[in-house]
Amino acid sequence: MPAMHVRLGAFSAALVLAATLSTAASAQKKYDTGASDTEIKIGNIMPYSGPASAYGVIGKTEEAYFRKINAEGGINGRKINFVSYDDAYSPPKTVEQARKLVESDEVLLIFNSLGTPPNSAIQKYMNQKKVPQLFVATGATKWNDPKDFPWTMGWQPNYQSESQIYAKYILKNHPDAKIGVLYQNDDYGKDYLKGFKDGLGSKASMIIIEDSYEVSEPTIDSHIVRLKSSGADVFFNITTPKFAAQAIKKNAEIGWKPLHFLNNVSASIGSVIKPAGFENAQDIISSQYFKDPTDPQWKDDPAMKAWNEFLDKYYPEANRADASVMYGFIVSQGLVQVLKACGDDLTRANVMKQAASIKDFEPAGLLPGVKVNTSPTDFAPISQLQLIRFKGEAWERFGDVLSSDVGG
Amino acid sequence: MSAAEEVVAEGHEAVEAVPKRAMTLGTGTSLLVLAALLIVPMFVKNFIIFQMTMLLIYGLAVLALNILTGGSGQFSLGQSAFYAVGAYTSAVLMEHANINYALTIPISAAICFAFGYLFGKPALRLSGVYLALATFALATAMPQLLKLNFLEHWTGGVQGLVVTKPDAPFGLPMSQDMWLYYFTLVVTVAIYIFSVNLLRSRSGRAFMAIRDNEIAASSMGVNVSLYKTLAFGVSAGITGVAGSLGAIAVQFVAPDSYTITLAISLFLGMVVGGVGWLPGSFVGAAFIIFVPNMAESISKGLSGAVFGVLLFLVIYLVPHGARQVAILGQQLIGKLRKN
Repeated sequence: MPAMHVRLGAFSAALVLAATLSTAASAQKKYDTGASDTEIKIGNIMPYSGPASAYGVIGKTEEAYFRKINAEGGINGRKINFVSYDDAYSPPKTVEQARKLVESDEVLLIFNSLGTPPNSAIQKYMNQKKVPQLFVATGATKWNDPKDFPWTMGWQPNYQSESQIYAKYILKNHPDAKIGVLYQNDDYGKDYLKGFKDGLGSKASMIIIEDSYEVSEPTIDSHIVRLKSSGADVFFNITTPKFAAQAIKKNAEIGWKPLHFLNNVSASIGSVIKPAGFENAQDIISSQYFKDPTDPQWKDDPAMKAWNEFLDKYYPEANRADASVMYGFIVSQGLVQVLKACGDDLTRANVMKQAASIKDFEPAGLLPGVKVNTSPTDFAPISQLQLIRFKGEAWERFGDVLSSDVGG
Repeated sequence: MSAAEEVVAEGHEAVEAVPKRAMTLGTGTSLLVLAALLIVPMFVKNFIIFQMTMLLIYGLAVLALNILTGGSGQFSLGQSAFYAVGAYTSAVLMEHANINYALTIPISAAICFAFGYLFGKPALRLSGVYLALATFALATAMPQLLKLNFLEHWTGGVQGLVVTKPDAPFGLPMSQDMWLYYFTLVVTVAIYIFSVNLLRSRSGRAFMAIRDNEIAASSMGVNVSLYKTLAFGVSAGITGVAGSLGAIAVQFVAPDSYTITLAISLFLGMVVGGVGWLPGSFVGAAFIIFVPNMAESISKGLSGAVFGVLLFLVIYLVPHGARQVAILGQQLIGKLRKN
């Protein structure tokens, strides 16, 4: 077979094609279910309906991005067939959809399925079936566990590494701080809190008050008042966008001015800072790993231009202030990179092998200096963040790009 | 007559539209359906078998609600809470106490029966929409109760618990899915026969007497409070069994799996299947499993709207659900025979 390929290449008029094929042609073509000479079938599960439906935009962006890839000739000549289903963020439905994708649609892998509970529900199944559960869209720490779950890989910086970065910063710059923590009472909030305490280590007693709220609460005003009255002078705000905006506003209303750390989940200018009021958000510290599309400093950035061109052509109705659109754009590039590296060996084992050997990959949209790196023992592709401080109407980066790898 | 009573009375008229004997399918049809349920899994993919298992499980949960609402005339929007208790009972017993999955099912049934019976006690004072609201509160509270810190050691908190799927016993040459399907089928058939007999028994007649007219029933010597709480207990017990089976089939329990959405889906399944018609429970279950998938394949962005339109059409065209379709079919066959 290899010899035939070389001959075919040599005799065909497309000599350029032969040059690109020469490396791939030396290896035999190998396929698992879901891949063929013309197509790669990718599965995806998103909450298009239900309580987390705001994140459905990620799935739509990915679909648009793969349309762009297909229009530009596909990956090594193969088109991506992107099959995306709705699970309404309900774990039993996720199991049903994952089984449908694997057993009925016969996809090569499931890519960027969203949410911690849905992904937890299918993790065991995917690993039993030995089907890659690649670049899951959740910041939980447990996805970086190649020893027990070699078929599951995370993507974004996980919550624990992020809060460890804040803890290190506090220990270094404010060793006498009295810290108040407000967190959402679920896996996400508790993951952050754990990382923060681990980061403080023996100094965890610096936390003088921990308060939690339920997602179903209409407002968190009373929690903010309680935190203020505790006398804390550092505030670690582990909240989702709606509550983060409320907290920033309430702080200003009652005149509480602690050193305010805001988790990256809510660092969006468009959906948090602007509604809360720029004047109330001055000097808040957070962290980022990709460019906020609403941040004016990136207006003329080449990556942002590429992003805008892509949206103009393939997803014109997208809301450009939505960070999820940027997220989908970046993670899709990650998958394309892995599939390109697979060459003609499109087996599930090789997909995981290539996904676990990404070196210094910089997809368009990440902050300067943030790189994607994996290894057979490191299944946390992005683990770098940069501290940012809100000044005027934009985030200002400060300090170096920091990294912290935490395993699950 | 208060507004609440009117709602209940309206419900009764709907139930009264058919004679009580028509609560089940004929023997011939039942056997035919059973044969189909036995044979089909041999020829389809594991994924379809899994969907059929889920169909039976949700069917059981809808059946439980049907006994409560169709049988004793009490509303419940809190079935998801009983389902969650059943699921967690099985999951915790299997994963922490290493108890065989089959043994966890009667335990769940007993715990949920007790839970439902106790909940039924204070709920006695409520009826109609007020009862629906009280059960609604139970459904909204349950996911948060499961997240409580002092339970986290057993429930796994928000992270949930992963459940190990059982292999087929005695070295039977069957996939896990197929074994679990037949296991579920046996449990389902047993509970179905139990329910049919329950509603035909003295207790069942007492349920229906209460449903039709509480005062008349009590003046005839029916112990209203006992039978009302009993109906709650039985319904909760069966829902618990469904929850247990669901946890084993899905291999995962988490608070997010048992939100109010599940309770509403079950309620919807009951209405679509036909209130008070037991076989309709499984038709209703099919509706809540497959119609959202259909809606999604029609339009991803508007799947909720498409689902709404489909639901509206069903309620508008066949307000008594699958039962009405079945009766129409029967009449049609009768006419054809005469000709």
